Amino acid sequence: MAIMTLLEAIRSALDYELGRDPNVLVFGEDVGFNGGVFRVTEGLQKKYGEKRVFDTPLAESAIVGISIGMSINGLKPIGEIQFDGFTYPAFDQLISHASRMRTRSRGKFNCPLVVRAPYAGGVHAPEHHSESPEVFYAHVPGLKVVVPSTPADAKGLLLSAIRDPDPVIFFEPKKLYRTAKGEVPDGDYTVPIGKARLVKEGKDMSIITWGVMVSVCEEAARQLAQTGVDVEIIDLRTIAPYDVATVLATAQKTGRVMIVHEAPRTCGFSTEIAAQISEKALYYLKAPILRVTGYDTLMPLYKMENFYLPNIEKILFTAKKLMEH
Amino acid sequence: MKVKKVTLKKISKDTLGSAKRLRSKSRSRSAKTRYEISQEQFTITPLQLLREDGTTAGKFTLLSAEQIKSMYRFMVLSRAFDDAALKLQRQGRLGTYGSVRGQEASQVGSAFALQKEDWLVPSFRENASCITRGMPMKGLFQYWGGDERGHAYTESMTTLPLSIPIATQLLHGVGLALALRYKGQKNAVLAHVGDGGTSEGDFHEALNFAGVFKAPIVFLVQNNQWAISVPRKKQTAATTIAQKAIAYGFTGVQVDGNDIFAVYGAVSAALEKARSGAGPTLIECVTYRISDHTTADDAKRYRNQEEVDAWVKKDPLDRLKKYMLQQKMWDAKKEELLQQEAATLVSAHVRSYEEEPASDPKDMFAFTFASMTPQLLEQYQSFLDVSGKKRDPNILEKVEGGFP
Repeated sequence: MAIMTLLEAIRSALDYELGRDPNVLVFGEDVGFNGGVFRVTEGLQKKYGEKRVFDTPLAESAIVGISIGMSINGLKPIGEIQFDGFTYPAFDQLISHASRMRTRSRGKFNCPLVVRAPYAGGVHAPEHHSESPEVFYAHVPGLKVVVPSTPADAKGLLLSAIRDPDPVIFFEPKKLYRTAKGEVPDGDYTVPIGKARLVKEGKDMSIITWGVMVSVCEEAARQLAQTGVDVEIIDLRTIAPYDVATVLATAQKTGRVMIVHEAPRTCGFSTEIAAQISEKALYYLKAPILRVTGYDTLMPLYKMENFYLPNIEKILFTAKKLMEH
Repeated sequence: MKVKKVTLKKISKDTLGSAKRLRSKSRSRSAKTRYEISQEQFTITPLQLLREDGTTAGKFTLLSAEQIKSMYRFMVLSRAFDDAALKLQRQGRLGTYGSVRGQEASQVGSAFALQKEDWLVPSFRENASCITRGMPMKGLFQYWGGDERGHAYTESMTTLPLSIPIATQLLHGVGLALALRYKGQKNAVLAHVGDGGTSEGDFHEALNFAGVFKAPIVFLVQNNQWAISVPRKKQTAATTIAQKAIAYGFTGVQVDGNDIFAVYGAVSAALEKARSGAGPTLIECVTYRISDHTTADDAKRYRNQEEVDAWVKKDPLDRLKKYMLQQKMWDAKKEELLQQEAATLVSAHVRSYEEEPASDPKDMFAFTFASMTPQLLEQYQSFLDVSGKKRDPNILEKVEGGFP
């Protein structure tokens, strides 16, 4: 097992699958010669040639639109959208076609494509480069949405995404690209889509989170442990479809639930999680479900992003309120 | 309109030639008027082979008599389907429907040019193209009747479902075309869009991608003059739609869209060019939508009857029939038999559509993903509960909790 960054793990998954399946293509703006703005795809064009790994014109709708045609015609396209906020021009293709082709044709055609995009904030980027749009896509029937938080998961989930028979949006937490390091299993290693990860067991309260926030919650849990609060952390890993069973199990076990995500609060994915728990595990709860999220504001430019983003301070403050019940 | 010669080679030469002329024209003037390129420098010569009186410049040799009769048959079938669909809609037996009346030459002629392994990427108003391609009328009635199983009837695997969003499907065509080339298949894609669709961003992204990657695709714009109530002149300031191709680095061709020979000839040549690796072509079919935009529209509100009457005189079915009569390959008896065949066939398909047992609501859940997610399983069970149906014992155990 090699030690890799999250970025290297994604590259190793792309490399592995390009080597394994001749129908896999990797493309997008700058992904070829330059290896992507974050260098995720560095070296892949040199290794697999311009036929397999190539640059496209600057047009997000087209990157997803051609992916749809390619996937219908038997290829496995992996299109990269350069930043989370630039998935919006491709929104129409994703919700009007990629997600519907199977239903529309009663299973005759489907779109097993992957759209990769760097995701979320904390790297001092310009506007539209730090957004957390997972809930838009999670709301669309027919799309799967995945957010890894460790290098091993990044590889395992990406390989699953590429082999998945349905369209998958794969959001890569850009802050973790080079800061998250860990062991990554060699060779063919997959992590199933739709299964959450138990990051840390605990008995007093549960934190449900994903993406960059997993490591923030881990640090908060270490600090809470010093005050005698034993926190259980669940990394959702897949936003759609998400692992309700694990969510309910942890809620039933600890009776106190906090949900942490970067996206704005109203209709954020925490809303769905809280609703499920209240429908199915209400009588196990010792306290109201509390949330630490972005505010219902636009993601601010970077001088203000630290005020906006959930952090340890906000998590500790909320944990205290949760434990008072 | 100028009448051109009628062999495939000639058409091919003409269609490609027009681009060459345009290019050299632009180049020769560019020295003088480097910053003042006018639209006149991008003129497109329209292609017409079959005049409105059914005559041609010579005998049409590109198609055999049998092929011409087959084309005419598809046009007649399409019109009979269209008439039936409009009646069914008025009787409440079909949902909102978009008529193709007047555009049969453009649709049948272009679809007829396809080989079996070529792909057809239809817009929403593409019933005649789909019928020509082998999609059973029953399936089309089902689709417009609100039953998704209609699209599962696509006989040819290489025809995409109708696309209700505008121009988005052109990108799917580019993707299909790139996949064909990647797999080493020598086939091409024909993707349809209307004049309104040329204003959409995806139209331009599709043409741009196709030009950059030299994708084996033919974009066919059915310029039927109206996008609901917005006339072609308010859709674009360009003199022709065909000339837009030049900005993307490939050839644009304008044809008389009510002349099935011109449509067939131009599309055949463009598909052949695409199959040979020479890249995309944009074809503008100048035609007219005789009916309303859909059954939910009233075209009388925004266009005058004189305009419609003038176009009715250019009816593509009449024109081909006149030609066939002049060439002695058709007569009144054959016409009567064909009309009878069309009526019988359409009735049979209407019956079959109306007798089809209702869909199983499970399909709604089953086709969202390759397999049902836990959420969908649970919601399906809840649907069964609420409608007093027995739970599905095979999936019951997989569901935790309950959907209230």
